[in-house]
Amino acid sequence: MSGMEQKNKPLLEVRDLAVAYGKVEALQGANLTLRQGELVTVIGPNGAGKTTLLSALMGLLPARGEVTLDGQPLSADVDVEARVGRGMILVPEKRELFAEMSVEDNLRLGAFSRRAEGRAARDDTLAEVYDLFPRLKERRGQEAGTLSGGERQMLAMGRALMAKPRVLMLDEPSLGLAPLIIREIFRIVAELKKTGVSILLVEQNARAALKVADYGYVLETGHVALEGPSADLAADERVAATYLGGKKG
Amino acid sequence: MDLQILLLLGQDGLTNGAIYALLALALVLVFAVTRVIFIPQGEFVAYGALTLAALQAGKVPATIWLAVALGAVVFVIDAAIALRARAWRRLPGLAALTLGVPLAVAALIHGLDAATLALPLQILLALAVVAPLGPLIYRLAFQPLASAPVLVLLIVSVATHMTLMGLGLVFFGAEGFRTPAFSDGSLELGPATLQYQSLWIVGVSLVLIVALYLFFGRTLTGKALRATAMNRTGARLMGISTTLAGKLSFFVAALMGAFSGVLVSPVTTLYYDSGFLIGLKGFVGAIIGGLISYPVAALGAVLVGLLESFSSFYASSFKEVIVFTLIIPVLLWRSLTTRHVEEEE
Amino acid sequence: MRRHLPVALFVALLASGPLWLPEFGVTLLNYIGLYAMVALGLVLLTGVGGMTSFGQAAFVGLGAYTTAYLTTAHELSPWLTLVIGWIITGGFALLLGAITLRLSGHFLPLGTLAWGISLYFLFGNLDDLGGHTGLTGIPPLSLGSLELKSGESLYFLIWLIVLAFVLVTRNLLDSRTGRAIRALKGGVVMAESMGVNTTRVKMVVFLIAALMAATSGWLYAHLQRFVNPTPFALNMGIEYLFMAVVGGVAHVWGAIVGAGLITVLKQWLQDLLPQLLGSDGNFEIIVFGLLMIFMLQRARDGIWPLVLKLFHGLGAAPRARVLPEAEPLERRPARKAGEVLLDARQVTRRFGGLVANKDMSLSVAAGEILALIGPNGAGKSTFFNQISGVDTPTSGEISFLGERVDGAESRRIARAGMSRTFQHVRLLPTMTVRENVALGAHLRGHGGYLAAALRLERNEEARLLREAQRALERVGLADYADQPAGSLALGQQRILEIARALCADPCLLLLDEPAAGLRYLEKQALAELLKSLKGEGLGILLVEHDMDFVMGLADRVVVMEFGEKIAEGLPAEIQTNPAVIEAYLGGVE
Repeated sequence: MSGMEQKNKPLLEVRDLAVAYGKVEALQGANLTLRQGELVTVIGPNGAGKTTLLSALMGLLPARGEVTLDGQPLSADVDVEARVGRGMILVPEKRELFAEMSVEDNLRLGAFSRRAEGRAARDDTLAEVYDLFPRLKERRGQEAGTLSGGERQMLAMGRALMAKPRVLMLDEPSLGLAPLIIREIFRIVAELKKTGVSILLVEQNARAALKVADYGYVLETGHVALEGPSADLAADERVAATYLGGKKG
Repeated sequence: MDLQILLLLGQDGLTNGAIYALLALALVLVFAVTRVIFIPQGEFVAYGALTLAALQAGKVPATIWLAVALGAVVFVIDAAIALRARAWRRLPGLAALTLGVPLAVAALIHGLDAATLALPLQILLALAVVAPLGPLIYRLAFQPLASAPVLVLLIVSVATHMTLMGLGLVFFGAEGFRTPAFSDGSLELGPATLQYQSLWIVGVSLVLIVALYLFFGRTLTGKALRATAMNRTGARLMGISTTLAGKLSFFVAALMGAFSGVLVSPVTTLYYDSGFLIGLKGFVGAIIGGLISYPVAALGAVLVGLLESFSSFYASSFKEVIVFTLIIPVLLWRSLTTRHVEEEE
Repeated sequence: MRRHLPVALFVALLASGPLWLPEFGVTLLNYIGLYAMVALGLVLLTGVGGMTSFGQAAFVGLGAYTTAYLTTAHELSPWLTLVIGWIITGGFALLLGAITLRLSGHFLPLGTLAWGISLYFLFGNLDDLGGHTGLTGIPPLSLGSLELKSGESLYFLIWLIVLAFVLVTRNLLDSRTGRAIRALKGGVVMAESMGVNTTRVKMVVFLIAALMAATSGWLYAHLQRFVNPTPFALNMGIEYLFMAVVGGVAHVWGAIVGAGLITVLKQWLQDLLPQLLGSDGNFEIIVFGLLMIFMLQRARDGIWPLVLKLFHGLGAAPRARVLPEAEPLERRPARKAGEVLLDARQVTRRFGGLVANKDMSLSVAAGEILALIGPNGAGKSTFFNQISGVDTPTSGEISFLGERVDGAESRRIARAGMSRTFQHVRLLPTMTVRENVALGAHLRGHGGYLAAALRLERNEEARLLREAQRALERVGLADYADQPAGSLALGQQRILEIARALCADPCLLLLDEPAAGLRYLEKQALAELLKSLKGEGLGILLVEHDMDFVMGLADRVVVMEFGEKIAEGLPAEIQTNPAVIEAYLGGVE
């Protein structure tokens, strides 16, 4: 969707990002780069700090360290709404849909940050999202709360796309979904990448994530334990060890 | 009781019920968006009516000075915040809203001979004075406590009510006012005599309710407010500012409150402290709707109006006792039908 | 003794008050005393118990009108009408409480708001109560032949009662039942799983606050010798709450400070403001309102904590409490190793169309550590809730020690010997570490409200605190016993929860992510602790994400995915099980 922009230019850069809950450091100096048009995945076991990382990037949690978008620093007083305005869009782990509203209203609210652009532009995006998720078009009048788990995830992603994100952050899109649906979700993620949007994908489902990603980071107890091109990571035995315990190799 | 009395009481009850319904809707809105139980709603009713009365008497209503003063305080606070963040660009907009709007209204009052204006213009002017107080009060009293528990917000709400009521006495004195009816006279309809003002009240209330319905159902801003009420995190992630939603809901509530006051003041003499009981009756309606459901809240409010009107006929001195005791069976019913499950973090 | 010095000084000043105060001062102090009684009830209700009431003035009115009517119309003795007033007020409180206390937080204050208004209008419109004019000719109180006619003579009675209430409240809070009251703020789920009957506790607290208010009303009637509805109107109910909040709503002395401050301030404002601003205004409520908003924004805890800080200085170490010697509490008979404690069969839990748990079966034996693992959202916490009585399974059977417990109240399950910790730590941050732990032993004590208020349960209390201390020593937190629990690191707070669970003398321990947030050495210490508990015959079921921790500790492992059990076996088997690897690393081709 922003294919005109130059590839390989760093879009989002994270340096020494740290988050503490009380005395516990949930994130201890994470470094990460997302380039234009790239799909980067952050994998790691439960409690490694993946969701914390995304919350901090969105400004939902106070964090130390440096985050720059397009070379522009996102300081602490740039709040969530302002980050959304700059094109940082998060699809949260819990989806956070507006349960008693229709699918279409949920989608339209996704473009709230673009309300200055006028209705026609937003309607165009709505048509694009419906093309990508025909299921949502079928259910446009249905209340979001009555959707199945997979449809909810699609709606959450569709709603995020309505904002025309520059950085799309997906937090565990496969969480709680049946294998068949997970496959569908990852197919869509791969398709989104082709449209040129830069994606930061946080996943527990390491194999599937590494399969679609260009580059990967393995987060373990609040720091980046491993990183590399996703094909290399997928072959690395240490990845399995971080999930199942018992450091082998 | 003959038919005539029945119709009279019914008309009375519906008229009051329509007002309570407007208030109940505003209360549900404010609670849903901000979790504030909006006790000061009644003061907006009184301010609306008494501001209109002052304008009609050719006086400058003191409420405009309150708006100017609160606007100035908000400007100072928010400008300091903006300067610290080096966000110069925010300043002009901030000044326009917090200083510009109240001063412009003040200038209008000063420049126009309000007493000679047509009634609709006087009403508009009164609303323009009172409605901005809503967001200003939200900014000063509630925004700093946006993440506080409901109970703390409730106590602040009660404190705000007391402050505004005390100011009401200073602004308008202890005497009551009644404003002229929108149109005098009545309509004979078979055995019933319908007062034009009652028709106005019910009609305007219906129009406002429909307008609200359209606002929430059709506009992006209205949907954004509902979204904030349903899921704050979700709304923030769409770029909907919780603060803005709070101010907006207070604006709508203040507007509805003031409008209710303007509607009701031709049929009831209003004093600086009359709003409180009127607002609380809207509350009983809102509680019938569990502070969640708009239609049930509106119906509940109409029920309160009818109950009040009939009890004033049968046991006039116990009217208030009966209306406010109604809340007990309502709460009982709610406690039997809802199973309160503690929310997980 | 130095600890009691400020109190002694305060009492001495009070007692000598009439000697050096002008008459006006005595009158003012009388009112402060009356208000303080009501505010004290609010401290218990709002500050400690977390419930808010705007309707206390109505309870004051009930006390006042009961005595006013019965002593004038029926010439009953005031001492008898005090008791009758308590009974009437108590009856109203029970009725109102039964209706509102089960609802979520804000319905209670709204209910009290409405009921405060309706009672005010009732007082004003009942002819027997004199309508808005009220009742006059109320006889003075008398003690034998001594008539307490003047304000000065009532002064001592009023303050004696205030001090008695303070003493009783303090005693109550510093006891087993007091911990139960304070546990209300930690949430119903936590309190109930410690065995606290939260509905009952809320009711009792509401009742005590109402009775304190009624007592104040009774004294008021005999001080004024006439009553009318005005002092019992809603605005007075609001003012009582202001007093408590300004003084410090969580502190017993805060009630007196708040009552004093607001009363004096009101007096002063009523004198001063009309001179400055003209006479037709009710300026003090503007000031009070603003003061209240300011306090809640800037100093939500009120004035008393600031006073304490001033006297103790910042960062003064909390005094270590010296525990009296006490016998250990009785213990449950130990279970034989291998005896099945918990047996869950085919447990299914549906939420609407979503199946959170499907045919989950597992059993835990005495002397065994069973780990329950699985990816996020696999339904582990839901399953924990089914076992511990927080939730009820849609179908399936859960038996604990041979008895069916599915759908039982968590209180009953706790009593049977199952104890748990929480994934999101649930403790009372302002209470000391030791008291938090002692809450776990709630069901091992029996002392009631009256016994606590009169300090008749000190022996049992000493045993409970000793037990808590022992549990703390076991988990290695004894050094922190007298610190507020909120000052501990998150990992230590989790350990505290384990100590609290141990304090209940359980035979089965449910631990939800006990190692999260712990450092390496702390994890090792925890593993040692759990092993030694296992050696004593405890059964342990734990949910944990740290695989190194789990694999080194558990005897058996059960793996969940999508609400179902996908594997069960020894740790080594689990680590190589293809289905498990699939679940954890993802299996999308």
